[in-house]
Amino acid sequence: MEQKTKISAEDGKQELVITREFDLPLELLFKAYVEPEIVEQWMETKVLKLENKKHGSYQFETTDVKGNQYGFNGVIHEFSPNQKITRTFEMENTPFAVQLEFLEFEKLTDDTSKLHMHIVYKSVALRDQMLQLPFAQGINMAHNRLQDIVSKLK
Amino acid sequence: MNLRRDVFQAIADPTRRAILLLVASQTMTAGAIASNFDTARPTVSKHLQILTECELLKQEQNGREIYYHINAKKMKEVADFIEPFRKMWDDRFNKLETIMKKYKTKK
Repeated sequence: MEQKTKISAEDGKQELVITREFDLPLELLFKAYVEPEIVEQWMETKVLKLENKKHGSYQFETTDVKGNQYGFNGVIHEFSPNQKITRTFEMENTPFAVQLEFLEFEKLTDDTSKLHMHIVYKSVALRDQMLQLPFAQGINMAHNRLQDIVSKLK
Repeated sequence: MNLRRDVFQAIADPTRRAILLLVASQTMTAGAIASNFDTARPTVSKHLQILTECELLKQEQNGREIYYHINAKKMKEVADFIEPFRKMWDDRFNKLETIMKKYKTKK
């Protein structure tokens, strides 16, 4: 089966492109990015602020199962309904530098649409680190699970 | 309890990458590997230990000697290192799609 979400990350470049085709009309896809209560559901985060306009800003807060809180924020540079959003994205209290995101929304048919997300990082090394983050988290999660099981055996 | 070593941290080191390249061509003993480098033998041993711990290399006892060979399966995982990142976005977007399909029918 063909993968619906594709990532293109060329070697030695500080950017990457994520594309995804949705079985949704363009308007609904775009709505999922601008309605705070919908963003909260699919991004699994709390939306503290989301100003969908040029020079607007947004602020998210995610709490993990252990109660640790992680903040994310950014500034919106361009906002064209059903077309594009250009924004920055920053993880608070981490050494990771801010990244620039170009989101383009495209109508394919009346019932299908496409998202093109172009992310630019501060450096090649940082991009590679961000790509590896879910992998590292996966290892840590597996490790924590193991630790939980082991501590119960004691 | 030791934290499992990070595979990417392991291959971030140029000496360790060189070791992997060497061993990829043929199974070798620690001594044979060390003879290819100017660095001290214990340093090479440490690199071998790290590569073995994160399962990029496998040890095989042959008589008195320990031979190192490449763990092809693990190396493939490294080649696919983008996959967890892709999967993360794919899961998110699948969720978005499901939510918005319901949203559509609600209207």
